[in-house]
Amino acid sequence: MSEPAVALTAIEKSFGAVRALAGVDLVLKPGECLGLVGHNGAGKSTLMHVLAGTLKADQGRLVIGTQDVSRQYSASNASAFGIRCVFQELSLCPNLTLAENVRIVHRALKGIGWKAKARRLIGEKLDEIFPGHGIDVDQEAGDLNIGQRQMAEIARAFTVTDEPLRVVILDEPTSSLDAVTARQLLTFMRQEVARGTSTILISHLLGDVLDYCDRIAVMKDGKVVAEKDARDFTRHSLVAAMGATTGKAGPGTAARRQISSALAIEATPLTATQTGKLSVRKGEIVGLAGLAGHGQTRMLIQIFDGARRHSAAFIAGDRQADGVFNLWSIGENVTVSALRHLRQGPLIRPEQEQGMARDWKQRIGIRTPDMNNNILTLSGGNQQKALFARALGSKADIVLMDDPMRGVDIGTKLEVYEMIRAEAEAGRSFVWYTTEIDELKHCDRAYIFRNGAIVAELQGHELSEDKVLHASFAESA
Amino acid sequence: MSALTLNRKTLRALLPLASLALVLAATFYAQPRTMSYFGLNLMLQYAVPIALATIAQMFIITVNDLDLSIGPFVGLVGCIGATYLHDTPALGILALLLCIGAYAAMAALIHLRNLPSIVVTLGASFIWLGIAVMILPSPGGKAPDWLKAIMALQVPLIPFPIIAALLIALLVHIGLMTSSYGVIMRGTGGNPRAMARAGWSELRTKMAMYALAGFFGVLSGLSLIGLTTSADAHIADRYTLYAIAGVILGGGEFVGGRVSPFGAVIGALTLTLAGSFLIFMRISPDWQIGAQGAILIIVLALRALISAGEARR
Repeated sequence: MSEPAVALTAIEKSFGAVRALAGVDLVLKPGECLGLVGHNGAGKSTLMHVLAGTLKADQGRLVIGTQDVSRQYSASNASAFGIRCVFQELSLCPNLTLAENVRIVHRALKGIGWKAKARRLIGEKLDEIFPGHGIDVDQEAGDLNIGQRQMAEIARAFTVTDEPLRVVILDEPTSSLDAVTARQLLTFMRQEVARGTSTILISHLLGDVLDYCDRIAVMKDGKVVAEKDARDFTRHSLVAAMGATTGKAGPGTAARRQISSALAIEATPLTATQTGKLSVRKGEIVGLAGLAGHGQTRMLIQIFDGARRHSAAFIAGDRQADGVFNLWSIGENVTVSALRHLRQGPLIRPEQEQGMARDWKQRIGIRTPDMNNNILTLSGGNQQKALFARALGSKADIVLMDDPMRGVDIGTKLEVYEMIRAEAEAGRSFVWYTTEIDELKHCDRAYIFRNGAIVAELQGHELSEDKVLHASFAESA
Repeated sequence: MSALTLNRKTLRALLPLASLALVLAATFYAQPRTMSYFGLNLMLQYAVPIALATIAQMFIITVNDLDLSIGPFVGLVGCIGATYLHDTPALGILALLLCIGAYAAMAALIHLRNLPSIVVTLGASFIWLGIAVMILPSPGGKAPDWLKAIMALQVPLIPFPIIAALLIALLVHIGLMTSSYGVIMRGTGGNPRAMARAGWSELRTKMAMYALAGFFGVLSGLSLIGLTTSADAHIADRYTLYAIAGVILGGGEFVGGRVSPFGAVIGALTLTLAGSFLIFMRISPDWQIGAQGAILIIVLALRALISAGEARR
């Protein structure tokens, strides 16, 4: 066997208490296409960020060619080592033209005539990969549609100046491409591999991975759990490798209920033309599942916007962006949704506000000596509890949850599951978007989303990991 | 469809020029005698320091920050210019270099401590003012003769302020809009994360942009005292507002790295002319800031209308 293009050994990376990578070993040979699959949060993207130099591993060795670069590796010399990455969230500057965006990744493009060179580089590469693309390289990236932006970014990753091209990482490269351009890209990828460039393809389209990769590595819980030649995998064995939970039955799983009370919500996602319908009954807990970012959050917002004033409460999953008020106390963060009921005339009654804050500290067990402390003195899990208290403390009949358990420890989770169950029994409806399949065990029913559409509805007894994964991954391709 | 977008784009790009033409026409109408070499020279002479301060502000806005201290900073430079630079040139130059360094240091503070730029620069504005008052407690001092000579330059046919303003815009345009390093600067305003992923240090870019802003602030202060021949700590307090307004009038946006050097200079010219126009209209100086604000609102409203049309498309 020839020497590897890149070798990762025992890579570990933690974010606070969350262990994103728990000792990953991965070897990539020159002229090989490696498929990388796994469910949300398995650590694929984190691993690619480590390889692209944008995240530094806590532990482990990174060898490129014959050189051990563990110590000196960073985003600024990644391309000098010949490693390029097309990130899942695109990284073009919208205020720059495509040619100018090429300059950003190539230090060699400078001096007189740099722009003509950049224009030629990206233009030729676009023609080569996506014949008939119809993109003007002098257009600002912000004026292109999402598919064209993705094409431009892919083409940019394959342009070469004075630095070698050793490895190209493609993280969900076809997510915004139509079938034709996706095929063009995959065909080009095989040509490039035949020329000796290695590629890593991350995709949720298992068909593409099975058909176009030489080898497939499956990640789960921050580790590589299976690694074989692509031809030794089938669609079924791949899904099984991604999902095989080793006796980790969700604790505290309550019996599922058949609910036939009055309808609380009926809605159709606006994000797709062909889609199922969503309905939620009073007192029901309904899960929204599927791969991350396939329209679940937009569904929640759509319900929230459509709901009568004050009849729906929203629990944000992205605490920092749309959850906590950073400058307020814990108490104020909790009571803000119920202020209408705590007033006398136009003024807020402080003793009632304090009373409600104390009450919720007790009920939901927020760990703090004083609810008047700033919200940021709490741990992430306790901040999330405060957000739950805010929603449950309002008079809303419908509670919308946008993957609220991100980065919350298991103890807190169990307490919150318990509360959700109790509140549902008291007649509240919950719509719960979650990226953790285990959490669906607490739902009465679930809808599976794909590309903005509801593609399946699973009753309580059908909510198994296998079923959810099968419905989440496209049958086609 | 593409013809229509092109239309809207050109329309937007032409808006600053159209506003300038409108104000110019109004001024000529109100006071026909200004329509001469001498009249334009007189009306526009203060456009040079304002244009330079506007360019300084533009550098800061390019990286999504805002500088609330540029006015007092220009005042401080004026005070240094009319004292140290006149009496002991070496010391004066050193002091001005320190000023530019202070701007770069401000960028480092803002970036490393993750502070809002408006807070830091607002605080800094009092520091500049304080130092300026210490250097020159009461209005006075003397501008160096060479500065006065430069600013009193007479050029045949086209008044000097117009040539100077266009030259400034052209130089900055080449540096920021067409050079390969300008791309990095603007990219940092457009998508800082993408720039970090490509391995460019945001700290270095911001420090460079602030230093450039400091440099143009120094040029602004020096050109100002070249005209007034003496200095005062409060001489340029209004420039903060002028500079921000000029960038926005010229088609720049507060976030996203979309700026235009030619636009900014045209914006500065428009604001200077608007001042003269209001005087010709016999509007009391007390109302001038308000009237200039109204002009700004009208232009921005027009721009919003054009953009709204674009979005509806």
